[in-house]
Amino acid sequence: MASPQQQKLKVNGPVAVTANRLTDGAVVWRTAQEGWSPNLADAVIVTTADQAIALLASAQKRDTDAVGAYVAPVVIEADGAIAPGNLRERIRVAGPTFELPH
Amino acid sequence: MYVYDEFDRAFLAERVAEFRDQVARRLSGALSEDEFKPLRLMNGVYLQLHAYMLRVAIPYGTLSSDQLRRLAYVARTYDRGYGHFTTRQNIQFNWIKLEDLPDAMAALAEVGVHGIQTSGNCIRNVTTDQWAGATPQEFDDPRIWAEILRQYSTLHPEFTYLPRKFKIAITAAPKDRAATKVHDVGLRLHRNEAGELGFEVLVGGGLGRTPFVGKSVRAFLPARHLLSYIEAIMRVYNQYGRRDNIYKARIKILVHEIGAEAFAKAVEAEWEAIRDGALHLSDEIIADIRSRFLYPDFTPRADPPAALVAALEDPAFADWHRNSVHPHKVPGYAIVTVSLKAIGAPPGDATADQMDVVAALADDFGWREIRVGHEQNLCLPNVAQEDLPAIWRRLEAAGLATPNVNHISDIIACPGLDYCALANARAIPVAQEIAKRFKDLDRSRAIGRLHVNISGCINACGHHHVGHIGILGVEKNGQEFYQITLGGRADEHAQLGTLLGPAVSYEQVPGLIEDVVDTYMELRADPQELFIDTVARLGVEPFKERVYAAH
Ligand code: HEM
Ligand code: SF4
Repeated sequence: MASPQQQKLKVNGPVAVTANRLTDGAVVWRTAQEGWSPNLADAVIVTTADQAIALLASAQKRDTDAVGAYVAPVVIEADGAIAPGNLRERIRVAGPTFELPH
Repeated sequence: MYVYDEFDRAFLAERVAEFRDQVARRLSGALSEDEFKPLRLMNGVYLQLHAYMLRVAIPYGTLSSDQLRRLAYVARTYDRGYGHFTTRQNIQFNWIKLEDLPDAMAALAEVGVHGIQTSGNCIRNVTTDQWAGATPQEFDDPRIWAEILRQYSTLHPEFTYLPRKFKIAITAAPKDRAATKVHDVGLRLHRNEAGELGFEVLVGGGLGRTPFVGKSVRAFLPARHLLSYIEAIMRVYNQYGRRDNIYKARIKILVHEIGAEAFAKAVEAEWEAIRDGALHLSDEIIADIRSRFLYPDFTPRADPPAALVAALEDPAFADWHRNSVHPHKVPGYAIVTVSLKAIGAPPGDATADQMDVVAALADDFGWREIRVGHEQNLCLPNVAQEDLPAIWRRLEAAGLATPNVNHISDIIACPGLDYCALANARAIPVAQEIAKRFKDLDRSRAIGRLHVNISGCINACGHHHVGHIGILGVEKNGQEFYQITLGGRADEHAQLGTLLGPAVSYEQVPGLIEDVVDTYMELRADPQELFIDTVARLGVEPFKERVYAAH
């Protein structure tokens, strides 16, 4: 209900910064090169609130690439792969959970 | 059909050009997101979870076949080949790119369709009965009055920055298909003892986090005073409505806080000063608007025609006919509801191909007219009964003839967490699973009329408070949970549902709904007693005992 942008920042595990690409709204993740990638695998992962705040601030400097940046939870799987940390982020990454009309 | 004039067309073309420029400036960085966001919202463009969404208004739910075909074109060309019809007689496109939006809007503007005032704190798309002008029950065509309100409220400078959004619904039939009692203003057109046309005016209804059923503030307002009275309401709201707290800004809160009587008094005082001024609707103005609605030449026909009687021998056709065909005001004609609730499909979604099929049916059999109802189904309001078998065959072939209108699988659901950035929980897959459990036609027919409404959060876009069974998605420790209410209704006897008990998990919802329905089947006085009447008679307790004992 309150969107993540409006919530207090809580960091108790690995997080990344995510946003929507300006041109088409696609989900993008903040990268180590201070850019954006549509692949979660490219995301910078941080684990403390200070790091998350700094990452978010750098992501918000320009708004011509991506908009609505916020800190989102992720999980690191056994093989090191990065996965979305909750259902909302899983849906943002994988799309609606049912077959789209066609 | 309503015929738009040159002013509308020129205005829309200008508006698209302006938006094209705004998008270009946004993409170049000349406009910041903070500057651009209010501009895009004014044109119905939202940003959802994974894409932009364009919301397009369908004024009083009426579409021409050309307009519907154009919606199909936009879905196919700029989106992923489908659109979502909403409870507010709008359609939403879920995947349009910002770069493509000006072209999509230009294509829509050519047929007089747009997203202006589908967002923001203004007077939104005025909604009405999807059977307007066709049902035998009504006192007048409510769309005449919806159109008068549309012209008055579109770009009205005084009402562009209201404390909050403002929704008006009109019914002209005693049977309320427009949910007028849960709108900011509900208008119920009827005739007084002298035979004059007028409105009962209800104010302060609404859903969301603080739901209220609207209160009647005037039993009879002569129709010619519609605009001055609405203006008086808007002025009182504009002056006293709260702007400090978004959750208390709707007119329903004002009406609740000062009381309907005090509110009505303030409105009457304001109205006295302006009632005979510039907003007075002369007979000429009303006649002019009326003359722009064109009706088919309804020559009465055989009722029922022999072709229909013969076709009813086919049980599949007869099932559909019994469920989806409704009486028309002219003998030999019918109103057809087109179910957008195929079992297991997202409620209210139609593919571009399906839209084209319905548009072609309207061309061939329905005087080129289509309607959209708040139940998220389509409607062909004017067809000859002898054409029903042909219409059914083509709907059937396109997956549009599920005979479940008003059944438990005819579910109203908001986009929920699968699309919406505000959601707590999913709504569409919950609806899909419930529909699958009740796909057996004999079972769902035996259950009878039963409205299930699902919202993915407290904003209540799926009208869960007024579902016979309401389902509200909430979040508990990061998991999806659902609160169930029973006994809500959105019609002329509108009331809010009563909470059944503790929220249940996503997986538990369909089974719980089955238990509720089984309980109803056992407790109902006779097969004619509808679910809603059994709940009214017994309250929720017997349901609660049975359902929670089982879980
Ligand atoms: C981007 C998607 C959407 C957003 C951001 C959104 C936002 C909201 C919000 C914030 C409210 C609460 C207003 C209040 O209580 O003051 C609301 C209410 C409502 N919305 Fe939506 N909504 C969306 C989609 C929809 C859809 C798809 C429908 C129709 C299926 C819809 C129809 C309604 C209705 C009927 C209400 C409740 C009636 C009332 O205003 O009291 N909305 N919406
Ligand atoms: S009810 Fe909530 S989840 Fe559903 S569309 Fe409205 S805002 Fe989104």
